[in-house]
Amino acid sequence: MTGLTRATLIKDLRLEWRSKDAINSMLFFSLLVVVIFSFSFDPTAEESRQIAGGLVWVAFLFAAVVALNQTWARELRNQVLDAYRVSPASPNSLFLAKAFGNFIFVTVLEALMTPLFIVFYNLRTLGPAWQLPIVAMLGTWALVVNGTFFAAMSLRTRSREIMLPLLLFPISIPALLAMVEATTSILTGEYSAKFWIVLLVAYDLMFTMASLMLFGSVLHAE
Amino acid sequence: MKRVFPILAIVTAVLLIYAMHQALVVAPTERTMGDVQRIFYYHVPSAWTAFILFSINFVASIIYLARRNAKADMIALTTAEVGVVFCTVVLVTGPIWARPVWGIWWTWDLRLTLTLVLWLIYVSYLILRKFSSGGQTPLLAAVLAVFGALDVPLVYFSIWFFRTQHPQPVIGGGGSIDPRMLHVLLINWLAFSCFAALVCWSRYRFEVMRREVDELQALGSMMEARSPR
Repeated sequence: MTGLTRATLIKDLRLEWRSKDAINSMLFFSLLVVVIFSFSFDPTAEESRQIAGGLVWVAFLFAAVVALNQTWARELRNQVLDAYRVSPASPNSLFLAKAFGNFIFVTVLEALMTPLFIVFYNLRTLGPAWQLPIVAMLGTWALVVNGTFFAAMSLRTRSREIMLPLLLFPISIPALLAMVEATTSILTGEYSAKFWIVLLVAYDLMFTMASLMLFGSVLHAE
Repeated sequence: MKRVFPILAIVTAVLLIYAMHQALVVAPTERTMGDVQRIFYYHVPSAWTAFILFSINFVASIIYLARRNAKADMIALTTAEVGVVFCTVVLVTGPIWARPVWGIWWTWDLRLTLTLVLWLIYVSYLILRKFSSGGQTPLLAAVLAVFGALDVPLVYFSIWFFRTQHPQPVIGGGGSIDPRMLHVLLINWLAFSCFAALVCWSRYRFEVMRREVDELQALGSMMEARSPR
């Protein structure tokens, strides 16, 4: 981790710690999703085990967009991004700082929301529960790495807040499928999550490399 | 080159009429499915054409990223637009065929899902082009095309993990096909490819002219601002 990555990451975390804008809106948003889904489906414990994987990840995906959207918006004020652009600092260390920051925000969100999901849906895992944190980490990185990248891309478009999910969701379909299937398989214990975890690792590796290769040209696009 | 265009247009029109006659009248009726099967002569050639156009789009995007060549960008734009149209034809004709034959409109099968995801990615590509303004559009679009292409194998493997319901591909797969049907299919594909080439070509020429007009307008307003009144 370079000095620039660390400095930007610490700055973003400190800003978030003081304002708590992103985390509060993400928390409240996913709480709403939990409550609305819970009373509109009213599932039994057995049913909720089948659908919870999908519900949890859809809630986190939508909530993550909140954090992702404000990733770069902050740097537009006072032309900070232009300063980055003319500075000799490597674009990738900036990208990694932003991606790590978002990863931390979404992970905190997941840690806080998981107990609520367990309460509202009477969840109890029947499969190997120790795999759940692995799936959560790989899945979160899959959402966040592409999300941070596409947020930088949608900065250059009109109505950028709408643009981000339009770009992010189609590309995230395989990752989302893998997260949902892995979570469901662990919750129900009916089949192994191994294939989906491998798929998530492949997705993470591929798109992390692609983002690092192309972020420089996106940042310098004029 | 300008003289080739009307010739291509006439050849395409003749081919399309001939292929339609072949598909609807000449081709033998399938034994179990009946006449519904004839939609296959539109479904499969559209799919092949769409995939070829998306592949051209990917190659053109890579070339743009490497060389920043405006021609490559215009080819990428054209093939994406026409490809989405053909892909839509695939997605519409598929369920029309599937309902009487499978008894369902849609299923999350390998090829269906892959086509739908490709369609979604390319629609988001066109939206990005529409929403981004100024000189960065080609770069952002090319980057998205690369991300979309990286996504395809991942979608493939993730859906492949489920059992697939779609009939095996007739060419290079396990399935067998009557040689007369294959002939009609290939004629249709040729006609559709010519049609796609024709549409891409006119869209490309339109894009060239649009950019020339934009440049002239920008130049004109610059001159106007400079000259004292």
